[in-house]
Amino acid sequence: MEPEERAPSLLEAIKDFSEHSSPVDFVIIAQHWEMFLTGIGYTLLIVAVSLIVGGALSLPLAVARAYRTPIVNQIIFGYVYVFRGTPLLVQLYLVYYGLGQFEAVRDSIFWPVLKDPLWCTLLTFVLNTAAYTTEIFRGAIEAIPYGEVEAAKACGMSSFQRTTRIVLPNALRRALPAYSNEIIFMLHGSVVASTVTIVDILGAGRILNSKYYLAYEGFLAAAVLYMLLVLIITRGFKVWEKHWHAHLRPREV
Amino acid sequence: MAEAGNGSGRGEAALVAEGIHKSFGSLEVLKGISVRANDHDVVSILGSSGSGKSTFLRCINLLETPNAGQVFVKGELIRMRDGGSAGLVPEDKKQVERIRAKLAMVFQQFNLWSHMTVLQNVIEAPIHVLKVPKAEATEHGEEVLRRVGMFERKDYYPAHLSGGQQQRAAIARALAMEPEVMLFDEPTSALDPELVGEVLRVMRKLAEEGRTMLVVTHEMGFAREVSDQVMFLHEGLVEEYGPPQEVFGNPKSERFRQFLAGTLK
Repeated sequence: MEPEERAPSLLEAIKDFSEHSSPVDFVIIAQHWEMFLTGIGYTLLIVAVSLIVGGALSLPLAVARAYRTPIVNQIIFGYVYVFRGTPLLVQLYLVYYGLGQFEAVRDSIFWPVLKDPLWCTLLTFVLNTAAYTTEIFRGAIEAIPYGEVEAAKACGMSSFQRTTRIVLPNALRRALPAYSNEIIFMLHGSVVASTVTIVDILGAGRILNSKYYLAYEGFLAAAVLYMLLVLIITRGFKVWEKHWHAHLRPREV
Repeated sequence: MAEAGNGSGRGEAALVAEGIHKSFGSLEVLKGISVRANDHDVVSILGSSGSGKSTFLRCINLLETPNAGQVFVKGELIRMRDGGSAGLVPEDKKQVERIRAKLAMVFQQFNLWSHMTVLQNVIEAPIHVLKVPKAEATEHGEEVLRRVGMFERKDYYPAHLSGGQQQRAAIARALAMEPEVMLFDEPTSALDPELVGEVLRVMRKLAEEGRTMLVVTHEMGFAREVSDQVMFLHEGLVEEYGPPQEVFGNPKSERFRQFLAGTLK
């Protein structure tokens, strides 16, 4: 029996269209879904760790800046100035390529950490986001009406209680919109990790590009993935702001 | 401390301030002002703007540190030492905090904590300063809010309230501390005229309950009808002091006469 010429299945039709007619080869992207998944994992890991550690670091720094703690204030100002004044990519290169030049660093106990690209990335990103976040929180702390602090003084709260019960809860709420921007900047900034061999989302795109000389596929997939993440983050913040900004919203009648 | 227990009678008074001096730079705002309030006394402090009356009140709970003078609360001296150019500085921060908890203050601008609801504002200091258990503080806080007519608004944020309501909430916050003395810093000056009444009514009620109050105010009616003592400050000095009948009925100072003529017209 002659095998009948059967109609191509839907999947095959898509495959054929994708490979021969479409400007973008979706099949290749789909075939590398695991690589992109790993990429998402690394991107999220880097961004999350930087934001959590950097955010925690920035709180005392912001308080010291806002309260004009002598000497400490100037040191923090210098640190913030350097990290906000230089590009993230340059900072990462200095840490990843730069530090290894010094024998003292290579001989130190920190070398196992500092020779690892992921650790270098985390270190750089933590310091970078902490610098920006320090300024965001400092501004928010300074924006609190001084009368609220005086009221806390007048009822006998200690300086620590005033900071933790009145100043910070109020300031962090006010800082939320600016901080959600910092998160998005951090997500977008995280692409520089791919320049030190880390396979984050862009890293996955770059591999696709170099393997098949297909520029569109890898980078388009990366762009879409970043956009989705930003969408999720901004949605999440909307909900969060609704909850935390109840005291600033006009009252619902 | 030794002075507190001697025969001068400071031990019995709720609040004694003696010889308070305060300068801002080269400008001497207070030139030695004293006040004494026994338990249940209401002392009104009058004066035109710039006379130093608010500064004097703020020197009592050390929101401003005086350059010289002494403050006793229930006979306890707030210990201060000479800090050179900084004037006096408190010797023991803990003591200042403990005494401030006995001197609740009500501000001209209310100064409610904007990120907390009315009830949260009221129970915050009792819980964290006086270490009252939360359930107890809430129960007491709700009762205090009932007394100032703010119970129905207890879950509102300050921004959602009128000025009069905010000030009544601020009075409730002060009352919740069960203070020895309440300090009022022009409590009605930031209010629209039609909202002044509701705040004054609450303050009259507190005076009738026997609260010890120091009130910096421009409300002549309140000063005349509610106070036990009236004090008139002018350019950092006490110009007139005494019971309201005497002070208003027969003012000795020409300046106070002018001040009255100006405010009562």
